[in-house]
Amino acid sequence: MSEKSTWRNKVGLAEMLRGGVIMDVTNAEQAKIAEDAGAVSVMALERVPADIRAEGGVARMADLKIIEQIMETVTIPVMAKCRIGHFAEAQVLEALGVDFIDESEVLTPADENFHVWKHDFKVPFVCGCTNLAEALRRIGEGAAMIRTKGEAGSGNIVEATRHMRAVMTGIERLKGLRTEELMTEAKNMGAPFDLVKEVSETGKLPVPNFSAGGIATPADAALMMQLGAESVFVGSGIFKSEDPEARALAIVHATTYYEDPAEVVRACKGLKGAAMPGIDVASLPEEERLATRGW
Amino acid sequence: MSKRVGILALQGDFAEHIEAFSSLDCTVTAVKRPDDILECAALVIPGGESTTIGKLCQRFGVGEAILELNQRGAPIWGTCAGMILLAKEIKGSAQWRLGLMDITVQRNAFGRQVESFETDLPIEGIAGGPVRAVFIRAPFVTRTGEGVEVLARFEDKIVMVRQGNLLATAFHPELTDDSRVQQHFLGMIEAKQ
Repeated sequence: MSEKSTWRNKVGLAEMLRGGVIMDVTNAEQAKIAEDAGAVSVMALERVPADIRAEGGVARMADLKIIEQIMETVTIPVMAKCRIGHFAEAQVLEALGVDFIDESEVLTPADENFHVWKHDFKVPFVCGCTNLAEALRRIGEGAAMIRTKGEAGSGNIVEATRHMRAVMTGIERLKGLRTEELMTEAKNMGAPFDLVKEVSETGKLPVPNFSAGGIATPADAALMMQLGAESVFVGSGIFKSEDPEARALAIVHATTYYEDPAEVVRACKGLKGAAMPGIDVASLPEEERLATRGW
Repeated sequence: MSKRVGILALQGDFAEHIEAFSSLDCTVTAVKRPDDILECAALVIPGGESTTIGKLCQRFGVGEAILELNQRGAPIWGTCAGMILLAKEIKGSAQWRLGLMDITVQRNAFGRQVESFETDLPIEGIAGGPVRAVFIRAPFVTRTGEGVEVLARFEDKIVMVRQGNLLATAFHPELTDDSRVQQHFLGMIEAKQ
């Protein structure tokens, strides 16, 4: 019997993207640069997170014309973002034919209480998290891929590190628990029991875990991969730098051979200009922190 | 000595391939450097993005190592992106490829991700009934040259082929618990030894 868009199809696509770099792009020309540098996928956006942060206002799903142009330009999978809880934006993106939807804290949330029920969709979803419990809530709703949030548009890796460490430490902790302890743990975490049990038994998330939010250099990418990320999302880091083509190539290089410092050195030598300007996240007022959006 | 099967780990679902071979009669290892590739008795090119894996093969000397491994007669199996990279021709694309198999493939031939599917697929030479085949943004073969054997079709589309020591599947046996395709590949190494 044939069946379309099964859970295995959705998680399978996330698995195919492992060991790669997913790049934010705002037009077809940037998408081509990303594909030529070896990106495994592109994220179609109206504005990169650094510009959303600078310009303020409400950030929504991208213009469909831009997404379509990007889909026509590249052969790699195209992702697009919808607002947290905005299931109608998600329906539109699915109907347009994007390959992955990011229900993203980078856009202005449409619902302060509920995320999208992602099991209802044929298209797979990726969602951000800041710790293991949040990751398991999103997977429970149907996310086929998780990415740690970091702090998008900051050019600062500190939040990405914090979130990745929180997820990995959370997994280690569950592995050490006895079966009778898991229900209480699920209650305390606020995460679905079945998934808590699964992680405790397998020692890993049931879907791939990528890293996002603050990656600006090849060494940043190598850091996140060594901390346990299976791929990296680079948002503003490429097209807000002085050398997008060279930087895209260098970050792909460092992600591929992340465990070998000599290769990361070679990757860095290919850079031709400065990284994007960074922000001290500690100086950001609470309401300007994107990672606190969603729950 | 047990057969050393390398899984090309530049990018893609190499971890699933390693897992799928781990309980079988072989030593399975992730490889992403030319020297490591040349130490293998056989190689698997996993699913992933064929443009990405192709560019990495080209940039880091990995492609040359795979071509040399092929010269030595080592069996090579490509799944999905791996099938595309093994093909001589890719419809409408000038992207880099190994070009070892005399086939033409069409990328994303069944459509975009929302068209991805799984099905029960009978395979020539694999006993025990059909395998559950998972297709993800999958290619299919539109032309086969001389010496290319068609092992499976889905609705008339060619989705599994063999040419000598080369095996290609448009689907992902590594995503299921059924290891018959892996066993078939290990049989190709034994037949050679």
